[in-house]
Amino acid sequence: MYDVDVNGKVLKADAEPGTPLLWVLRDTLGMIGTKYGCGIAQCGACTVLIDGQATRSCQFPIEAVEQSKITTIEAITEDEVGRKVVEAWVAAQVPQCGYCQSGQVMAATALLKETPKPTDADISDAMSNLCRCGTYNAIAAAVRQAAA
Amino acid sequence: MNAHSPFDLDAATLVPTPDGVANLSRRRFLGVAAGALVLGVALPTGKARAQAEGAGAIAPKPGTRVPAFLEIRADGTVKLLSPFIEGGQGINTALAQIVGEELDVNPARFVVECAPPGPDYALVNGLRLTGGSFSTRSSYGAMRRLGATAREMLIRAAAAKLKVQDGELTTEDGKVVHAASGRSIGYGDLAGEALLLQPKDDVPLREPKTFRYIRQPVARLDVRDKSTGRAIYAIDQKVEGMLYAAVQHAAVLGTEPKALLNEADVKAMPGVHSVHRLPGAIAVAADTWWRARKAVEALKADWSAPAAQGVDTVSAEFSSETMLAALKASAEPGLPSETEGDADAAFAKAAKIIEADYDAPYLAHAQLEPPSSIARFNADGTLDLWVPNQMPELFQMIAGQTAGLTPDKVKIHSPLLGGFFGRHFMYGPANPFPQAILLAKATGRPVKVLWSREEEFLNDAVRPLSFSRFRAALDGAGNPTALEVRTVGEGPIGRWFGSIFKAPVDSSAVEGIVEKPYAIPNRKMAFAKLPHPVTIAFWRSVGHSMNDFFYESFLDEIADAGNKDPYAFRLALLKDKPRHLTLLKAVADLSGGWTRGPYEVDGVKRARGVAMASPFGSETATIAEASIEDGAARVHRLWIAIDPGSIVNPAIVKAQVESAAALGLSSALFEQVVYKDGVRQDRNYDSYKILARDHMPEVHVAIVESGAPMGGIGEPGLPGVPPAVANALAALTGERIRSLPIAKAKLSGA
Repeated sequence: MYDVDVNGKVLKADAEPGTPLLWVLRDTLGMIGTKYGCGIAQCGACTVLIDGQATRSCQFPIEAVEQSKITTIEAITEDEVGRKVVEAWVAAQVPQCGYCQSGQVMAATALLKETPKPTDADISDAMSNLCRCGTYNAIAAAVRQAAA
Repeated sequence: MNAHSPFDLDAATLVPTPDGVANLSRRRFLGVAAGALVLGVALPTGKARAQAEGAGAIAPKPGTRVPAFLEIRADGTVKLLSPFIEGGQGINTALAQIVGEELDVNPARFVVECAPPGPDYALVNGLRLTGGSFSTRSSYGAMRRLGATAREMLIRAAAAKLKVQDGELTTEDGKVVHAASGRSIGYGDLAGEALLLQPKDDVPLREPKTFRYIRQPVARLDVRDKSTGRAIYAIDQKVEGMLYAAVQHAAVLGTEPKALLNEADVKAMPGVHSVHRLPGAIAVAADTWWRARKAVEALKADWSAPAAQGVDTVSAEFSSETMLAALKASAEPGLPSETEGDADAAFAKAAKIIEADYDAPYLAHAQLEPPSSIARFNADGTLDLWVPNQMPELFQMIAGQTAGLTPDKVKIHSPLLGGFFGRHFMYGPANPFPQAILLAKATGRPVKVLWSREEEFLNDAVRPLSFSRFRAALDGAGNPTALEVRTVGEGPIGRWFGSIFKAPVDSSAVEGIVEKPYAIPNRKMAFAKLPHPVTIAFWRSVGHSMNDFFYESFLDEIADAGNKDPYAFRLALLKDKPRHLTLLKAVADLSGGWTRGPYEVDGVKRARGVAMASPFGSETATIAEASIEDGAARVHRLWIAIDPGSIVNPAIVKAQVESAAALGLSSALFEQVVYKDGVRQDRNYDSYKILARDHMPEVHVAIVESGAPMGGIGEPGLPGVPPAVANALAALTGERIRSLPIAKAKLSGA
């Protein structure tokens, strides 16, 4: 049993060591906004913030969470930067199928928290999540808009 | 069978085989898919029509029964039950625009959900499916009429309530208004009475020049939910008392688990409920999916052996290479797929003859949402199934067969699709829902089956590996006088819908090679069928996804052989095709004027290639700009002009064209499903590379509305991209890429 601080609440999770944070969030805690895409930290659909850092939760074991504060897409609009990112996503009409977008929004929020005025190179480096619908240009436009 | 016993392999007879619906009678398939009684609209000749007319009176014509589609709520919102499934293409928003335009309700107040199975929704030529870029163009007229019919019923209901004549009333965004007295009533307060009225079948439609929503870039209805994690996909569904199941499929398709070797050990693992054998797979049910997955990965089975060799089945020696060799070596004469003039005579007197072989690999859909399904048997004898699908009625029928129920006992829930690109048709062993049904039956509990990404890459249905041999005759002036193409292989229409579409030549294997617009006077195209032993699929733009690459690349080879500029060459071949000429000039204008290059940008040589395609009722012209970086292709910019005749939402059209272009580029540059020793080699995105941000080019889209009949949007942006890129690279290197993906070739010459 682990205590996990998610979105400002400490929750109890029954899981074996080695269980990825992703599956604790989705199946144990019922927070399904964070998505499973690949399980090997390649696609970024499972991105959450751990102490503000964008982290691929499918490869982050529950025992490593310890006292860290986890922020998921469910709380994104409670964060000032997150709210701006969401508004930019809506204004730029970014999502198509939408499945990767929780992770994209989390990655963008982490970027803008760290680098409020990112260059195109910063955006390229930070926004490495895969999107099979090919919304990459719309994502970049939305990140620039959120930073403006 | 108790909850903990493994499946008997006889269960295999319950699930669809790789032959899929080809085994079903046509009557049975259509009967469920569309309601055999209403097929008169789809099947214009013969017995089917006679049947339809005989009994048609008792069934509604698809798309006409207002209550089957609209629920007008007291709060002024409108719930629309959609015949189609939203998977990113924007169909929910487009339908809200079309119905809202005629109903006179702002599309922003629509809530759109996928309708359950039923004959009302068979709007694609009498069938119901989400695919073939059919959704908007097949339903546009019916949805306009539906909105107009409902509006007229609301007006009549208001007239009765206000005790005025219908003609004194008008509507204003969700209200019926009596201007003379200044009174108005919201639709929500009229809906109950209105829906009891007899609908009229001759309600006039709006004049298109008065449209407020159609042809406008109306905001998508689902964007906020999808930007905040609130959109719910199949993978997110949960039902009370549900077990989670994970599976391990046979490494070699067609082999079976004969026995489990460590069942007791695996049953003792945390959270494990039960272990099972399934057709072609082994499974574990547990209290969380992660526990099920860990357990099934620990589970060991004794698997049956594949055939030693051959390409009739996935044998121990089967590989992409042996399959391509078989396609190339086929001596089957084939059937004519297009014949014009006398190609043999033209070749006999040609000044120059060129030939080339082209091939393209198997491709995975690689949609970001791994497939899952939930099956729940209910106390009343019904089955609920949450299943990603592009064809609810067909899934209902096959689910019924799997469960031993009649289709009416199967309730299909069709969630949002986390990408599809053709992934969620009925593909026999490539669908997880039969496993969910069998496991729910075996455990007596609702079961959610989710395939890991690795299982998805192992078992996804694939775009067929494809091969065509081209030959062209040129006259002394370098103009093409004849074109001969031999295509060998198999398409998904023949595989999965062979019992319905009985054309001898599978259109999905030759589209993009036949019906091209160019004035090459003598043509001789043939198709020789050679089935693949693997599960083949529809993949965004289907046959066009490789065939336009083949054809438009070879067309550049013809231009080169005649020392002609590829753009000018196409203009000349299209001089009697005003629609295509307009489009080709439009894409040249969009790119700042045609230039082939090479030219230098920041000290690096770039060049451009052009290609055209005629996919799914639309026309496209594409220009790509590419350079070479460390021996690999780099695409900087794409310009695409699309003529779909007419449009509903320009913003969604542009987004879809860009999306299709990204997938086309991904396939051209990187993608291939490789078989070796009967086994697929790539099991995740680390080795099956798809387009990431670092290779996404600028994409510029121009929409040309020629007024031709409405064409498709979701797929047409794709087929022009691979050949435009390959043609640009040939302009840089002087060498032809005739085998995809481009990443296989070491490029030079920059």
